[in-house]
Amino acid sequence: MDSFSALITDIGDLLAVYWKTYLTGMGSTLLLAVVATAIGCVIGLICGILNTIPYAPGDTSAKKFFLKLVRAVIRIYVEVFRGTPMVLQAVFIYYGVPYVTNNAMRFDSVWAAAILIVSINTGAYMAESVRGGIISIDPGQTEGAKAIGMNHFQTMTSVILPQAIRNIMPQIGNNFIINVKDTSVMFIITFTEFFAVHRNIVGLNYMYFPSATIEMIGYLAVTLTASFLLRWVERRMDGKSSYELVQTDNLTMAAGTYSHPDRGTPFDERSGEFGATGEERKRIKLGLKNRNGSARGER
Amino acid sequence: MSDAILEVRHLSKSFGKNEVLRDIDFDVHPGDVTSIIGASGSGKSTLLRCINLLETPTSGDVLFHGESVIGGKVNPNKYRAKVGMVFQSFNLFDNMSVLKNCVVGQMKVLKRSKEEAEANAMKYLERVGMAPYIKAKPRQISGGMKQRVAIARALAMDPEILLFDEPTSALDPEMVGEVLQVMRGLAADGMTMLVVTHEMAFARDVSANVVFMKDGVIWEQGEPARLFSAPERQETRDFLARFMER
Repeated sequence: MDSFSALITDIGDLLAVYWKTYLTGMGSTLLLAVVATAIGCVIGLICGILNTIPYAPGDTSAKKFFLKLVRAVIRIYVEVFRGTPMVLQAVFIYYGVPYVTNNAMRFDSVWAAAILIVSINTGAYMAESVRGGIISIDPGQTEGAKAIGMNHFQTMTSVILPQAIRNIMPQIGNNFIINVKDTSVMFIITFTEFFAVHRNIVGLNYMYFPSATIEMIGYLAVTLTASFLLRWVERRMDGKSSYELVQTDNLTMAAGTYSHPDRGTPFDERSGEFGATGEERKRIKLGLKNRNGSARGER
Repeated sequence: MSDAILEVRHLSKSFGKNEVLRDIDFDVHPGDVTSIIGASGSGKSTLLRCINLLETPTSGDVLFHGESVIGGKVNPNKYRAKVGMVFQSFNLFDNMSVLKNCVVGQMKVLKRSKEEAEANAMKYLERVGMAPYIKAKPRQISGGMKQRVAIARALAMDPEILLFDEPTSALDPEMVGEVLQVMRGLAADGMTMLVVTHEMAFARDVSANVVFMKDGVIWEQGEPARLFSAPERQETRDFLARFMER
């Protein structure tokens, strides 16, 4: 118990001095993760659209060659950036670009470099997620769109991707949460985010454990909030489970697939005793209880 | 001679070594209903998909108003916008409401304004009796309703011809009637239709021309009165006899 109260005191001391530094670090982490995940999603969607352009036997060989080339380039991109550590990609790109271009091109802002690196890394994963999402959609949806004359781009943006994105929402959430944590490797190019803040602070005062505790709680708070928000977004995307009839005549009431206006009122035949008022229902319930020892619905 | 809206000429289709269609030849005239009958696996659906360019024919040609649609001279998307298709499995867009299903093609492909597209969609949704359900998603309505929406979606594009690929085969028996009723109404109004069907009564009553297919080949075609009462080929007789037994 002593060590616990000591920890609380230490955390208090740390926060008293460095709370602003921690917050700024968390802000950088969040901003980088949000921006890079968003850009990564866009990259993934573009790769998905390009990857699925169909070619018919009647097409010219130039078009076929071009499409094959596009697919090959995307494949190489995915394999390279999925298959190497992001920390290494950061070094490779941040120091490689000025090296190769003889300093004609270099990153003036470490932010630009960090966003670029995390984005293309996320994009490589998202490209595969999007591909999976597109495969999961019934081919009939594509045929339905083609049959009314939509081109590939219209089919993708209006019909396929909205459904595919709904299906890969959990994957997008995964990638976002991974990015919140893995942006910590950007310290290698001197990007100061939440974890780099910890390194800087403990370098001064050696309070490793209290600072790490703050970091743990900080990361968890962000990722849990993200999970919660993502679930909410998913529910929003699914829409309402019922729909309203646009009433034109009374006969449509008999159609069946319809949420009855009496739902939840004593007049609703599904709720307990049909036709009973509140007072009567209590009585009926009591009667059942006395007879059977338990009321209906109380199991 | 060619006042035909659609001419299929010596059309063949193979999947690898498997020859599904062989030398198919027939015409569809404006205002007529043409029915294609035959056992499952006889190539009827593949034929329809070749006509709509969802499959590319191996050889032969499809002429729309006398112009070949195969070989790149005609933009396949523009051609498909004029040739409506109703599928066995409905293929409504699951991410859109009933109304949006009937509007999206008009806006994206025909570049109509939202107001114009919605007004046109409502006209056809009322016609198929689905106007009260415009806010529903496809997963919330029954099969027969879905198919009626699919017909409205195809009609909303104001096509010159409608292709039906076994529109009632995926429906429960009590829902077949409502869809056939809509189709009979369209035929009475002079809509040009090419219908792959197992509904012999519909084919007999509504068609101007009935095409009988077996093993990827047209064995016989002609007016329904003659084809159903006095088929020339033994194969047609066998098929019809088996159908009447059921």
